Amino acid sequence: MSEKKGWFSKITSGLKKSTDKLSHGIGAIFTKKKLDNETLSDLEDLLITCDIGVEVTGKILASLKKTRFGEDVTDQEIKEFLASDIVKIMEPYEQEIHIESGITNVIPIIGVNGSGKTTTISKLAQLWRDQGLTLSLVAGDTFRAAAVSQLKIWGDRLGIEVVSGEENADTAALAFEALQNAQKKHVDILLIDTAGRLHNRADLMAELDKTQRALQKLDPAAPHQCIMILDATTGQNLYAQVETFKKYINVSGFIMTKLDGTAKGGVLIGLVDHFKLPVFAIGVGEKAEDLKMFNANEFAATLLGLASDDGTS
Amino acid sequence: MFDGLSNRLGVIFDRLKGRGALNEGDVNEAMREIRIALLEADVALPVVKQVIQDIKEKAVGQEVLKSITPGQMVVKIVNDHLIQLLGGEASPINLNAPAPVVMMVVGLQGSGKTTSVAKLAKYLAQKERKKVLMASVDVYRPAAQEQLEILAQQNSLLSLPIVADQKPVDIVRRAYDQAKKSAVDVLIIDTAGRLHIDEQLMNELKAIYASMPITEVLLVADAMTGQDAVTMAKAFDECIELTGVILTRVDGDARGGAALSMKVVTGRPIKFVGLGEKVDQLDVFHPDRIVSRILGMGDVVSLVEKAAEMIDQEEAEQLAKKMSKGQFDLNDLAKQLQQVSKMGGLSGLINFLPGISKFQDKIKESGIDDRMVARQLALIRSMTPQERRNPKLLNASRKRRIASGAGMLVQDLNRLLKQFQDMATLMKKMGGMGKGKGFLKNGLNNLLFR
Repeated sequence: MSEKKGWFSKITSGLKKSTDKLSHGIGAIFTKKKLDNETLSDLEDLLITCDIGVEVTGKILASLKKTRFGEDVTDQEIKEFLASDIVKIMEPYEQEIHIESGITNVIPIIGVNGSGKTTTISKLAQLWRDQGLTLSLVAGDTFRAAAVSQLKIWGDRLGIEVVSGEENADTAALAFEALQNAQKKHVDILLIDTAGRLHNRADLMAELDKTQRALQKLDPAAPHQCIMILDATTGQNLYAQVETFKKYINVSGFIMTKLDGTAKGGVLIGLVDHFKLPVFAIGVGEKAEDLKMFNANEFAATLLGLASDDGTS
Repeated sequence: MFDGLSNRLGVIFDRLKGRGALNEGDVNEAMREIRIALLEADVALPVVKQVIQDIKEKAVGQEVLKSITPGQMVVKIVNDHLIQLLGGEASPINLNAPAPVVMMVVGLQGSGKTTSVAKLAKYLAQKERKKVLMASVDVYRPAAQEQLEILAQQNSLLSLPIVADQKPVDIVRRAYDQAKKSAVDVLIIDTAGRLHIDEQLMNELKAIYASMPITEVLLVADAMTGQDAVTMAKAFDECIELTGVILTRVDGDARGGAALSMKVVTGRPIKFVGLGEKVDQLDVFHPDRIVSRILGMGDVVSLVEKAAEMIDQEEAEQLAKKMSKGQFDLNDLAKQLQQVSKMGGLSGLINFLPGISKFQDKIKESGIDDRMVARQLALIRSMTPQERRNPKLLNASRKRRIASGAGMLVQDLNRLLKQFQDMATLMKKMGGMGKGKGFLKNGLNNLLFR
């Protein structure tokens, strides 16, 4: 990992790894070919390998087919066309996490096991701390062994208070108490770490609902933002995950992690379109600065290998 | 969505009925449906293509059209072929080396390595009667080593004492020495999560791998993994020769296409599946079950096992006895409802059932959801013990008391009682039927291969 890099080139290099295959693939298909059924089918394959999914791929290709079918097209043209379509779908969902001033913003971080909740919390905490906001972290994962220690270590490193309870303590009660204290101390943001849970575990999902209700007793508007963490290596199951989490807690948007690998995260295109929820950020590495604001143009461009490497945007 | 695979194939073949020969175009259309089904189950594209090629040959050879239900015939061909690809039989863990047998667990961040290490240790300790030592060389994630230590303490397993600031290769050496000294049979090394393109960390794996003879190198991979499964598995396999895969989060509702992708691309067998967060929730891999899920045919076997795990055997037998005698009371109904919610609620159970997704919208419409179970439980809990044993006691005033105690209407209670009455009657009728297991097994066969 190289140390000093502009944020754009970092996201580009992070995402580029994930897009090399796609852009090369498109290059190989379109250098000398007419846009016919066979090429479209190859193109479909390539989009599918990015986890974009059969249905969304079909939608994206339909407009390409409608407007350009039978024409001689270059690699670049196809890329630009597809990118603009993807941007059209995703741009409305670029959004920053809104922090209201004058209140304690309650922000639970939720997701399935291993999606990167605690790591993302540490990144968000550092980001906000550096903006001069005051924070308190709640170690709400009282289930997994050493999960509390993991967050505490982060808290120590960042100089941020971590509220924790006994092992297997009730997360709802813990969150309630933490919010009470945070409100007293006029803390700007209360970030709540939650235990990873598979969405088909109804008992654990009900606990989320309970936590939400407990928080609402202190502030009916809580949670002010509820961020769901999505793992880019996950495939089409993300639809089922979001669908279920939404049923139990007011999900306000996503952060997609692990986009620095070779997983393409293309499923995000369909997700925002289907659930009409914004993407707050993407994770492209383990360091705090590896959490990037989500930008539809960059996402599409890097996915299709259109981004420039000169570090300007 | 795609659990309609056999339905959709059925539609295609129905159209062809009476036309006789099956032409290339028809087969292609059917193959396209299979392709979509596999892709939606997250099977990687190169693997899908290979599978389609093989199946096409098989399907054409087998006069599919003459079968009464050609759609299902093709699904059966696909089913059998995928099982064959996954290796057919379960693949046992290799303990065939001089002690201490060293095993190493690798994978991406968040795939479930540490939990899997503890599960594997518990499995070897219990099923194979081995003395197992676990050692974490994850010096990167905060509290990772502590996590393994806690898991060891909680489950009476051994873990290597933590020495701060030691390098992974040195920890491994220390673990090996200690394993030898204290006559340990199996040493399991838990490595840090890493990206397969992180050269520095992949080199670290190589160094650990080269430092001693390692019998099992197991890749831990999430059953929810998408198309990237092939790239990731290949990269790990090329770096250090894998001997198998542990597939985690199989207790989720992902179709698990990644299992097929990884097996086909690396040729390494899937040895275990993780079925929950508890340390005893590890099971040997059964190819046929994953294939049912990939094809969206549900996973009835796992459902039955899940039930068996949650339901107290003795209690169940008692209940069965009561049922056959027609003595099923509201206490028993309450117990049943509790078990349903323990097993993930109605919505959790429904996901396991074959063919159910077609009806999911209908189920939603009919208002059957997990809250219904909770409400019924509340009603039963508002009754006195006598009333639960003998619902006949319930007169109008008692009913009013119960309904208001549960925060519901008398109509709700009446509905519950009616349901209970129907159940009791049904159970009396079923009292004469054979044992549950045979019934379920036949039921499964009927559902899958009619």
